[in-house]
Amino acid sequence: MAEALLSIDGLVKRFGGLIASDHVSLDVNAGEVHALIGPNGAGKTTLISQLMGELAPDAGTIRLGGADIAGMSTAARAHQGLARTFQITQLLDEYSSLDNVALAVQARGGHSFRFWSDARRSEPLRKTALAHLTQAGLAARTEVRAANLAHGERKQLELAVALAAAPRMLLLDEPMAGLGIADSQQMIDILRGLKGKLAMLLVEHDMDAVFALADRISVLVYGRVIASGDPESIRANAEVRTAYLGEEE
Amino acid sequence: MVETTMVETRMADQSIAETFASPKTGVSQRDVVRFCLMLIVLAALVALPFAARALDAANLTTLATRIVIFAIAAASLNLALGVGGMVSFGHAAFFGIGGYVVGILYQHFVSDEPLFGFISGTNQLIITAAAAILVSGLAAALFGALSLRTSGVQFIMITLAFAQMLFFLFVSLKAYGGDDGLIVRRRNVLFGLDTRDDATFYFICLAVAVAFFALLHRIMRSRFGLVLGGIRQNERRMASIGIPTYSYQLAAFVISGMGCGLAGALMANFARFVSPDMLHWMQSGELMIMVILGGAGTLFGPALGAALWIILETSLAAWTEHWQFVLGPVIILIILFFRGGLQGILTMIRGIAHG
Repeated sequence: MAEALLSIDGLVKRFGGLIASDHVSLDVNAGEVHALIGPNGAGKTTLISQLMGELAPDAGTIRLGGADIAGMSTAARAHQGLARTFQITQLLDEYSSLDNVALAVQARGGHSFRFWSDARRSEPLRKTALAHLTQAGLAARTEVRAANLAHGERKQLELAVALAAAPRMLLLDEPMAGLGIADSQQMIDILRGLKGKLAMLLVEHDMDAVFALADRISVLVYGRVIASGDPESIRANAEVRTAYLGEEE
Repeated sequence: MVETTMVETRMADQSIAETFASPKTGVSQRDVVRFCLMLIVLAALVALPFAARALDAANLTTLATRIVIFAIAAASLNLALGVGGMVSFGHAAFFGIGGYVVGILYQHFVSDEPLFGFISGTNQLIITAAAAILVSGLAAALFGALSLRTSGVQFIMITLAFAQMLFFLFVSLKAYGGDDGLIVRRRNVLFGLDTRDDATFYFICLAVAVAFFALLHRIMRSRFGLVLGGIRQNERRMASIGIPTYSYQLAAFVISGMGCGLAGALMANFARFVSPDMLHWMQSGELMIMVILGGAGTLFGPALGAALWIILETSLAAWTEHWQFVLGPVIILIILFFRGGLQGILTMIRGIAHG
């Protein structure tokens, strides 16, 4: 069997006495949507931060496409095809939506030690960025500053920026959090359109979204993966129901 | 030349944020207005020494020269502080290094003894200015490489510490005047120009400033400039799209240090004197105030800030010896009520004028 695109093995992260990741092992195959669910404080965001290199794990390995990326910086991981969205949006508030995305396109296209020509007049950068904004449903908001976007639009922009980095593995940290029903549905539709084109690790509380999108689901509780399997088996799993799903329904 | 002025004009009095939010397509009416405004300002600056001569007010030319030199230094600091968000409290170090390069090379030129046994002294402005830029750039690379491992208050403190270290180094360097500083008896020479003439030297400084601001204008709008501004706004975001933020910050810090070195070289020639005061933390503070007063992150804000600071300092000092007592409140008021500094005031006035 071919190796998974992303494989995490025995990841441990402690904050003092608290174990945020307790020997977490999971993998995501190419083109697969692997959802990660669990109650608040289960260590989902901490896991994404370790995958992206923003936090260093205490033990364990992370492999992307067969290569060990544990020692790489965040920027280097991005160039290896890893991208993330943030639960609490991290945007360049003074720049327009288009600038936010164009910078991601620029970053992926090599170094930015170019001091002379006007970056905003670069046709290729702008065109690609516009395509990503359109895909994320923001075509009408290209010149609006990120700070002036509505919450739902900021979530869409987060996604557009991550996609502009052309990842093969996308880490989504609660893309529906705080969205209304209509915005949520739009986000699900956008993500569904991406299915099969790239692998996704989807951290999400919205169970409708999870069951609509996921090929596989893992459940994280107190830093430990207590169950992993296809959506039907997770729905049926008694331990998961008590730990998490039960409180939702 | 005309082209450079034109691009500069578009940037003329516009906050960086505004520029970044609205990309320009074609030439708008605003651009034409800016272009004209820029030409008028440049024409006034060129006419200034002649007017000063006609009015028999020679000190007007020297005042303007000081403003132009500090405008270069402040704009240069602004690249790190305003655009890149690196609050350096030690940029006087690079200003002072630039000055001392001129002073030391001149001393060796006069004594005809090579520096370190193999670098002969010189009084050629082209060479001394280039050396000043190079040496201050190297110092900025060293200080920056270490300081940028930290951020926030630690960064401010460590840049301050590096600058003060250099300050005390030059205070103790008896070979180059120590505490008393170094006198440069005659200004460096540049081609056949009479640099001893204050008006001529003013024009040299003005030409350097125009070229420097044109360069900054390009840098601020380039891929590099956008990345730098992005790092100021959200370093975490930039890293996650694949930008090794440290390298870009360091490059900006070095360019910024080089600009201050250039300004220092001009200052040493202008004043025909260098002393450790050029590297003192108060000088770093003054540069920061010029940037913040004028409008951090904007192209011409720091130049306005430098002008206001020096004009106020000069006129208030002539009026009372407690000039700082007046200057302090003025600065506090501007910073409290006009967040974008002088540049912000101009933008506001324009907004009102346009309804």
